Amino acid sequence: MLKINKTADAGKVNISLEGRLDTVTSPELDAELKEILEGTTELTLDFAGLEYVSSAGLRVLLAAQKTMMNQGTLKIVNVNDVVMEIFEVTGFTDILKIEP
Amino acid sequence: MKEMTAAARIESIPAVTAFVDEQLEKLNCSRKVQIQIAVAIDEIFSNIARYAYGPEGGEATIRVETEEDPAAVVISFIDQGRPFDPLAKPDPDLLLGPEERDIGGLGIYLVKKTMDDVHYEYSGGRNILTIRKQIG
Repeated sequence: MLKINKTADAGKVNISLEGRLDTVTSPELDAELKEILEGTTELTLDFAGLEYVSSAGLRVLLAAQKTMMNQGTLKIVNVNDVVMEIFEVTGFTDILKIEP
Repeated sequence: MKEMTAAARIESIPAVTAFVDEQLEKLNCSRKVQIQIAVAIDEIFSNIARYAYGPEGGEATIRVETEEDPAAVVISFIDQGRPFDPLAKPDPDLLLGPEERDIGGLGIYLVKKTMDDVHYEYSGGRNILTIRKQIG
């Protein structure tokens, strides 16, 4: 249960997620990111419609962050309270650029 | 007490989550607690699916019980796979940067942090991992 909407303009990519980023669905985001990361300099992940993220999702976000560190920026926006708490508990607030 | 048995496979997670959600709805559980429990199910059940059994596979039972005063839900994950205590793993180092960061152990750590109690025992040839969360 994850819907991925993507808009791309030159090196700028915006991906908005709707649903759950968990063990079942995170391979879908991983595949999508692998496809678009090359040549992307500004990646924005919009979590407005994201209900929750589990460690399987964190793994994908960490991999994306490692790639983007070498070629541009990754920003996560519209993070809800529950997801923010998960980022805080796991220390991800220190390694990702997050806007509430 | 309600319980459900499913194949110990990743594909079972949505059905298991829906089953537990259904019990939580009846308890007027807050959305936040419901989501924290959904994340815990994802972490615990995916561990069972990956590590409990060999290629021949197996089953896992999820039992939902309630407590009163304070109101709490107690969920047990029971499998008959190889003995494995997920709580024995040391907590991950949260201070490492993205390059050094290892994601291993993060899921169970998240469960420990968001649930009120997490307990493991191996008994009668079964792994029993129990989480408890207050819903009041």
